[in-house]
Amino acid sequence: MILLEVENVVKQFAGHLALDNVSLTVPENSIYGLLGPNGAGKTTLIRIINCITAPDSGEVRLNGKKMTTAEVQQIGYLPEERGLYKKMKVGEQALYLAQLKGMSRQDALKALKYWFEKFEIQAWWDKKVEELSKGMAQKVQFITTILHNPKLLIFDEPFSGFDPVNADLMKREILELRNNGATIIFSTHNMGTVEDLCENISLVNQAKIVLQGNVAEIRANHATKTFLVRSENSITGNNFELLSQTEKDGIFETKIKKMNTGSNNLLLKELIQQTEIHTFEELLPGMNDIFIETVKP
Amino acid sequence: MKKSFIILTFLTPLLFAGMITVPLWLASLKDNTKKHIYVIDRTNQYQKVLKSNETYEFDFVDKPVNAVRNDNADNKDFTALLLITDDLRKNSKAATIYSQQQVNLELKTYISDILSNYVEQQKLAAYNIPNLKQMVENSKADINIETIKWNKDGKEEVGSAELALIIGMISAFVIYMFIVIYGAQVMAGVVQEKTSRIVEVIISSVKPFELMMGKIIGIALVGLTQFLMWVVLTSILSMAVGSILGHGIDLNTLQQSNQINMNMHGMPTDTAQGSIQHIYSMLSGFDFLKISIFFVIYFLGGYLLYASLFAAVGSAVDSETDTQQFSLPLTLPIVFAIYAAIYSAQNPDGPLALWCSMIPFTSPIVMMVRLPYGVPAWQIAISLGILVLSFIGTTWMAGKIYRTGILMYGKKVTWKELWKWLRY
Repeated sequence: MILLEVENVVKQFAGHLALDNVSLTVPENSIYGLLGPNGAGKTTLIRIINCITAPDSGEVRLNGKKMTTAEVQQIGYLPEERGLYKKMKVGEQALYLAQLKGMSRQDALKALKYWFEKFEIQAWWDKKVEELSKGMAQKVQFITTILHNPKLLIFDEPFSGFDPVNADLMKREILELRNNGATIIFSTHNMGTVEDLCENISLVNQAKIVLQGNVAEIRANHATKTFLVRSENSITGNNFELLSQTEKDGIFETKIKKMNTGSNNLLLKELIQQTEIHTFEELLPGMNDIFIETVKP
Repeated sequence: MKKSFIILTFLTPLLFAGMITVPLWLASLKDNTKKHIYVIDRTNQYQKVLKSNETYEFDFVDKPVNAVRNDNADNKDFTALLLITDDLRKNSKAATIYSQQQVNLELKTYISDILSNYVEQQKLAAYNIPNLKQMVENSKADINIETIKWNKDGKEEVGSAELALIIGMISAFVIYMFIVIYGAQVMAGVVQEKTSRIVEVIISSVKPFELMMGKIIGIALVGLTQFLMWVVLTSILSMAVGSILGHGIDLNTLQQSNQINMNMHGMPTDTAQGSIQHIYSMLSGFDFLKISIFFVIYFLGGYLLYASLFAAVGSAVDSETDTQQFSLPLTLPIVFAIYAAIYSAQNPDGPLALWCSMIPFTSPIVMMVRLPYGVPAWQIAISLGILVLSFIGTTWMAGKIYRTGILMYGKKVTWKELWKWLRY
């Protein structure tokens, strides 16, 4: 089931193309990563999905329907440049933002009580935002983003500004939201999180989508036929290239690269004849490597 | 923000009331001490004129000037010494006042009035013409030209150029102040929303144009409320303070001035009552309802015209300190308008007044000066029409700049850039 469709979106700012014929589909109840270097057009795309900017051409659909105010109400958006009114009290402001998203006062109060208890921040309710640290304010922002129980959540660089403990908390919350039925799009530079969280990604570079698909498939497609072998003794062979070999506590760790296109079993068979094999594992490239390789000019 | 607003709303009327009542209060203070004046009268003919009363005590002595000075070197009761060396009919400069401090104007005027009046009567008596005093009295003229404005339906109204000037200038200044203060507040609000990075969160829920108009309309309502409260509170306060302090002031000062008038001319005058009646009849000559309605219309028109542009400036910059570059072209016409208003007040039907009450950037201020003098309906209609079209235009332009500007961070914006945003 497809929740969000972006179809052939083009956006041009005076003299520079921000998005060039961008299309993507986000399946329901999944986590979707939007990757790309700075200035690639991620934020512009996110703003178009949120109807903050209008595309020059192309269309965005949520649940098959063209975006209208009703559709935008079903989105929770945490922008990269985010903040709160500094002089306003935390609780008051969270209520206001929730009501802006169409929640009733009662519902908003109830939901806020739940989330404030969950994050153990009830004591902040009457504090002014300017008294909070940056990380604390980010938690409040996270709550106001997800409070109205949106179908689609969009986080632009959600982990910037969080310390590792809170970043981990956010990661767990994002996973839990997905498990509770939400669909999540987030943009990030942190490839580790992409591998941990995302099912699908789009890699945007210079206004174009240069790589798109399922994370596992992408990694498999970028496989470099490299294997890690742990064995009793050192190994040699004609069908592979020895990349590195180390010995530790009587166990040899060898990285090899397959030279031919034969099956992995054939390679393993050759190794088994030489010595006792403890592990034989294909080394898939990390998203980081794929990212750099794809974006490299 | 909230607290300072409440404080400002309630303290300003106090300030205004203070500005009205404190001078009155001070005026009532200064008459409390009795002034002790020594007189050395070498001619011995003025003792019967300079009589002591509640305020002034005249003490005639026959000593040299130096002796009086030395005797009273440390006397706090001593106010001044009046020395008359010669008959004032022949030598008008024969009277001198000595004092250890600067002689105050009131004392000097009081004594010179009494002496001049006496000498005047002496001179008249010297002509030996019966009833001359009465004749002179009758021949005195105090010409006060009444200005009367002809109404459309031929009715006559008592008008007053001075009052028209005052009403016009006050309303022009109030509109000027409101545009500057609340325009700047709109700009500061937009800058604040941008620098605190809340703006993108908000515009994921409402349209940028709605956010901008919400801010502009909200502040306009705040401004109108604050203005109304100022008017109401100031009048209540100054009435209250006036009635506490006022009784003493009015009776004392009015009585005193009447007394003096009586002494001088030998008959009571009814200037005080007369002028109050006169002011009432002049006030009724102005159509205050009409002026108030146009005040609100021009205030809103002028405010909307400028506030949207201020909002656009606020959206284009990254911090409040950067606003100057762009807000100068906005404040210049406002300041020009207030100068044009001052000159227009002197010639409310002249070309400067006419043109400036048509140009939308100056019309809300200049037209307020012209209105009390009476402006043809077709001119008001054209001026308002241009104003409405212009603020629709500036709001539309500002909306375009605003929606791009608020999402633009860390970029030094130029005029060329703004022009580009307009055409997105």
